[in-house]
Amino acid sequence: MNAAQEIAPVNSPLRRSVHVAETPAPRSPDGSLPAAPLELPKLKVEKLNAWYGSNHALHDVSLTVPARSVTAAIGPSGCGKSTFLRCLNRMHELIPGARAEGTLLIDGKNLLGRDVDPVELRRRVGMVFQRPNPFPTMSIRDNVAAGLKLNGIPGNHAEVVERTLRQAALWEEVKDRLDASALSLSGGQQQRLCIARALAVQPEVLLMDEPASALDPIATAKIEDLIHELKERYTIVIVTHNMQQAGRVSDQTAFFYMGDLVEVGPTEKIFTNPSEKRTEDYVTGKFG
Amino acid sequence: MSRLRWRKAVDLFWTVVSGAAVLAAVIPLASLLWLVISRGAPGLDLGFFTSLPTPVGEPGGGVGNAIVGTLFMVGLASLFALPVGIGAGIFLAEKGDGKLGGFVRFTAEVLSGVPSIVVGIVAYGLVVAHMKRFSALAGGVALALLMIPSLARSTEEFIRLVPQALREASLALGVPAWKTSLRVVLRTALGGIVTAVLLAVARAAGETAPLLFTALNNQYWNSDPFQPTASLTVQIFNYAISPYEDWHQKAWTAALVLLLLVGLLNLFARFLSRNRLQGAPR
Amino acid sequence: MPASSDSGAPAALSTPARAGNPGDRVWGWGISILGGTILVVAGLVLLELGRVAAPAWEHLGLVKFLLSSDWDPVQEKFGALPFIYGTLVTSAVALVIALPVSVGLALFLSEMGPRRLRAPVAYAIEVLAAIPSVIYGLWGLFVLVPWLRTSVEPFLQRTLGFLPIFKGPAIGLGYLAAGVILALMILPTIASVTIEVLKTVPPALKEGALALGATRWESIRISVLPYARPGIIGASLLGLGRALGETMAVTMVIGNSPEISASLFAPGYSLPAVIANEFAEATGDVHIGALAALGLVLFGITLVLNGIARLLVEAVGRGPKGVRA
Repeated sequence: MNAAQEIAPVNSPLRRSVHVAETPAPRSPDGSLPAAPLELPKLKVEKLNAWYGSNHALHDVSLTVPARSVTAAIGPSGCGKSTFLRCLNRMHELIPGARAEGTLLIDGKNLLGRDVDPVELRRRVGMVFQRPNPFPTMSIRDNVAAGLKLNGIPGNHAEVVERTLRQAALWEEVKDRLDASALSLSGGQQQRLCIARALAVQPEVLLMDEPASALDPIATAKIEDLIHELKERYTIVIVTHNMQQAGRVSDQTAFFYMGDLVEVGPTEKIFTNPSEKRTEDYVTGKFG
Repeated sequence: MSRLRWRKAVDLFWTVVSGAAVLAAVIPLASLLWLVISRGAPGLDLGFFTSLPTPVGEPGGGVGNAIVGTLFMVGLASLFALPVGIGAGIFLAEKGDGKLGGFVRFTAEVLSGVPSIVVGIVAYGLVVAHMKRFSALAGGVALALLMIPSLARSTEEFIRLVPQALREASLALGVPAWKTSLRVVLRTALGGIVTAVLLAVARAAGETAPLLFTALNNQYWNSDPFQPTASLTVQIFNYAISPYEDWHQKAWTAALVLLLLVGLLNLFARFLSRNRLQGAPR
Repeated sequence: MPASSDSGAPAALSTPARAGNPGDRVWGWGISILGGTILVVAGLVLLELGRVAAPAWEHLGLVKFLLSSDWDPVQEKFGALPFIYGTLVTSAVALVIALPVSVGLALFLSEMGPRRLRAPVAYAIEVLAAIPSVIYGLWGLFVLVPWLRTSVEPFLQRTLGFLPIFKGPAIGLGYLAAGVILALMILPTIASVTIEVLKTVPPALKEGALALGATRWESIRISVLPYARPGIIGASLLGLGRALGETMAVTMVIGNSPEISASLFAPGYSLPAVIANEFAEATGDVHIGALAALGLVLFGITLVLNGIARLLVEAVGRGPKGVRA
């Protein structure tokens, strides 16, 4: 059990007050649990297309993201991987003239439909950005609790703040100064604060847009360790331009090139024995 | 789910409130413009532009002398303000990063904050008190004092906007620095400076307070800088606060003329700046 | 700041001091003289103001001048209080009305309004800023004042007449009329500075809030407005500074009565208005001096206010201490 699970007992009110979609472990027909848990798809993208005005930025992207795994999206600059990520929590449509079409199934429900409120979607699909963006006028505690207050989530916020700061491996460093300004933290700490803030609303999926690219190597290593811990509870999709990082943290890798999803598969296969020539050229550094 | 609906309702509420704010600003503006046009237009004929004001009750009459007076004084003001203001702007752009530059910039900032009525007092002291009479010159000095700070600030901005690469290219061709500043940089910034001048002129043409006790007013034509002179703005003021109905009517018509003058200057300035920007290679 | 830029980053390349080139030296001296001229001008302004006001200082005491509410030029009694009071009250009313409207306008233009409407509304603000003061006064006198007299002030009296600020006969002219007209005139000032301030808020902050599942208003409330608050205060101070110095529109609707009243419906006077009305016919150096002294008081207040305002607006541009996202 990791530190987070030690803090929140399984039947604590904290856990019950928020709808946490736990994918039930699949059972075989005779009702017994299988020996190894089958990974059911948490996220299923089908024929996703995205435009910026008349610029067709993503073409018919389809992929499946299993629950409690890490999927990395890699590719050269401008290949559409960030656009793809932003479609997953409908931040893409905030840009004037941008639109996305296709199917995005989370636990079977299409979240790109017009009847789905993006505000609701974003509570279930959290995001951590490239550069840390804590709210500068709020304290550390208020930053983490911001999402809770906004969404009106009842319960003991102080417990959630402690729990998520521990999950983000930041608790020990800030537990004595929760009222300090968020800006008093270093870049790496601020990024972990943003991760805690995203986790506080108990998302089912966590999107990370090059989360360590603005950080020094030590902070980067801490973030990568964090991702390993987080994937035991959350489904993570991470965009990275750093192939070694993708190799280190992800279970499955998707290679994007010029708006197309060229190839997706288990990380090891993508990096050692890819099926597509373009993938092989990219991962061996022939272009980038 | 109902909490979400409440939050969306709050979002909608504030959107409507911000829209109401826009209405609160636009409705009075529309009312003002509409009334100036609709009340002023009936009295607007060629005679209005060319005649002298008539006494109360007499039909006809116009603001010809006031129009000329305004243009005259703004012209006088420009004679003083353009060299000083643009010159200060050039200084700030070229050598403005030092101590003296900081001091000059601060001074321009302070000058821009002087209320227009106080500028009138200064012009009174400088000119009227010495000459022992009101004059167009005093009015021109007052307007000049108002134009200088904005001209300085705008000129500095436009010169700084000229890309460094242009200056470097000229220097690399062996053109001396002073010629580069004058013939290359200044010429490139000229369009913007002209725009700034037009806007400063438009603002000066709309000023009233500093003219009240410098140029005073005049019921006749005047081209003598040492005599009091009529101006559109003072004339509007006098007509408006008078107890006579037909003078009120003339106030609206004169206001329409002033609005046309200021509006044309602003539109021309906007047209020039748009042209300049569109001409740049993409 | 980049040394060479095509994006217009303002970096001054000073004319290098070249040993051999006489043209450079002439140019250098020439523009320094031009720059110095503005210093001379500013010096003249201050000196002249002091000189014209001098007879008043000699005749009256400073404290008595500022605190007395007796203004009787014939008897050579000069108390500045009614005008200071009137200036402050009308400016305060103007700010109370203009601040929320300006912030609402700015938010509409930069965040909440439909994009197609942004350009026309921005244009309307520019038009508001360009209208000469005397035309505002004209509209105020013949449109606003009657409307206040017949509709607004009676309504306020019926509903809130127990408040001392709404007591007394409703004649239309007075502090309220002046305050409303001033509000309209300082709207463009506050709104345009606020828009600039809102532009400096890093978009990543808003995105962070939205990614947490905030509605658009909520993201503005928790990320944009707190960040921009010092700048908005600065914008209001700039607007206040403009309101303090406004002359013509106020003169035409304030009623020109040098009395202090608690009621907003009462006629009053302001520093610029009394100067505008009395200066041309003022007799005697003391009367003129007193008016000029009023001008000095006005100038002083405006100077301090504008200074604080600039500092606040610049502080927002630098961002809160620490990271600029």
